[in-house]
Amino acid sequence: MFEPILTQNIDRPDSEKIATYLANGGYTAFKQALNNFTPEELVDKVKRSGLRGRGGAGFPAGVKWGFMPKDSQIKKIVAVNTDEGEPGTFKDRQIVERDPHQIIEGVLIASYAVGASRAYVYIRGEFFLGVKRWIKAIADAYEYGYLGKNICDSDFSLDMSVHRGAGAYICGEETAMLESLEGKPGNPRMKPPYPTQTGLFGLPTLVHNIETLACIPHIVLRGAEWFASIGTSESKGPKIFSVSGHVKRPGNYELPLGTPLSEIIFEHAGGMSSNRKLKAIIPGGASTPVLTADQVDTPMAFETLERAGSQLGTGGIVVMDESTCIVEVARRTTKFFAHESCGRCVPCRIGSVRLYETLDRIEHGFGLPDDIERALYISNNIDGNTFCPMGDALVNSARSTIKKFREEYEYHIKEKKCYKDHQ
Amino acid sequence: MIENPKLHVDKPRSRAMLLAALYIAQEQYGWLSQEAIQRVADRLNLTPGEVYSTASFYTMFRLQPQGQYRVQVCEGLSCYLVGGAEPIADYISNRLNINPGETSADGKITLEIVQCLAACDYGPAIKVNDELYGNITEVGLNEILIELLSK
Ligand SMILES: Cc1cc2nc3c(=O)[nH]c(=O)nc-3n(C[C@H](O)[C@H](O)[C@H](O)COP(=O)(O)O)c2cc1C
Ligand code: SF4
Ligand code: FES
Repeated sequence: MFEPILTQNIDRPDSEKIATYLANGGYTAFKQALNNFTPEELVDKVKRSGLRGRGGAGFPAGVKWGFMPKDSQIKKIVAVNTDEGEPGTFKDRQIVERDPHQIIEGVLIASYAVGASRAYVYIRGEFFLGVKRWIKAIADAYEYGYLGKNICDSDFSLDMSVHRGAGAYICGEETAMLESLEGKPGNPRMKPPYPTQTGLFGLPTLVHNIETLACIPHIVLRGAEWFASIGTSESKGPKIFSVSGHVKRPGNYELPLGTPLSEIIFEHAGGMSSNRKLKAIIPGGASTPVLTADQVDTPMAFETLERAGSQLGTGGIVVMDESTCIVEVARRTTKFFAHESCGRCVPCRIGSVRLYETLDRIEHGFGLPDDIERALYISNNIDGNTFCPMGDALVNSARSTIKKFREEYEYHIKEKKCYKDHQ
Repeated sequence: MIENPKLHVDKPRSRAMLLAALYIAQEQYGWLSQEAIQRVADRLNLTPGEVYSTASFYTMFRLQPQGQYRVQVCEGLSCYLVGGAEPIADYISNRLNINPGETSADGKITLEIVQCLAACDYGPAIKVNDELYGNITEVGLNEILIELLSK
């Protein structure tokens, strides 16, 4: 039986308080990091753990730490991404609301390892409770001497503050987040230079998702080898999967990477919410391609999902039963991206709206005979031609549903009504 | 420590305070009127254009007067799958005789359609000002509306 690691404290009473965190061994990993390891050893440890980013892109965390300049004369920053807005994902909200000190400890270790002296937290504006929990946790960490000057009588100092976003999905993209932290509209920046070279206020910046940071204390305490023993060959460690849609028990489930999707849906989430059959699954948040029911045994790991034609993304699993209209799924998802396009580049700004209009027409029985080809043509012209990865993300829903459920699209166009009315 | 003279990290350039300042102004004025925008601009040494173009990028900044309560209905996929989104918005629309984006005649409630609120595990989800409500049913929604209208 797998014992939860990242969510081990969240069901304790007052789990968000510093006293609860300390009573359960909190901040000992940081003290160990400070006293027993050099920054280089910590970077090496995180590299050996195989930890990959949990914010969606899956970049190896230790490698990113290694990109930070070694020059101690240069001021460095850690930026903490709590912007979680990917439809179907709600893991970060839970960690922030219920165990914020675990993240602060991860930030402390990361900052010590890369030589950062300042940490900025960016949190989605809608997370009102999360904002309050972040502010309180940081204030308490200062009071107990885990933030500020000469932490634990060492020469390591770190200041940390919280900054609230104001409702823009794109600000989760790391360079858009940096723009927003600087008080500007959240338009992504050109990469390279990467944030590790030129980030917030032009300074080298290490950006991480909070679930990634929450793994760090455990890697320090229990070792890189222990962490790497969990999961698959290319996907290491525990992962929080958010499950929603047509299941009996929607919620967050922390499990090893590589757990089969079927186990998550039918055992942990209690199976389908009605006696209707499984039809399709979005495995990693709205920007990942759909899987069909016969792919339900796919292990939830980076490499296996890629082979299945999808992505791990954020691990936000949306389960759909046979009553679901697949054109509506694509229409609704594409509407989201059309709404959230930051407007900086044409293929995304215009293409997302044209794609949405096409899907909307098909769904409502006004589809033209060549609309399926049109949707594919628009998608192919967005994919790979945009300034930031949102363009590639936004076509996944339409393109994968057309590929896997083309007959439903054809039915809508031919019969001028929804496929599910016919079942 | 060498710092680029143009970059004051621990005294961030005033621009970095813009979102926080807009939140404060919005709290004080109720919405970001021209006067509020001008005041923020003066305080932070920015042009009103810079302030406005930033405010208008973010959906949580209100550039129009709003009702006392903003009722936001999630139209995300997970909420839709469990009966949320349009049925909920339609119910409120009919009940208050307003379209999404509009405010009820008494100035109490503004109805808005929003994207995923990261509460998909207890959808259908809505938000009233800063408060999140989950597992919304017609009965529950009716109770919330009655309470808001009577306050
Ligand atoms: C459109 C878009 C939205 C994103 N939204 C988020 C988000 O809400 N939270 C997050 O942690 N990462 C998000 N990311 C990924 C970040 O750009 C970045 O890769 C991540 O924060 C790095 O942290 P990690 O290495 O710990 O995953 C988004 C990326 C894109 C392209
Ligand atoms: S791809 Fe979309 S979100 Fe990204 S920069 Fe272009 S317009 Fe903005
Ligand atoms: S889809 Fe409604 S909260 Fe996520």
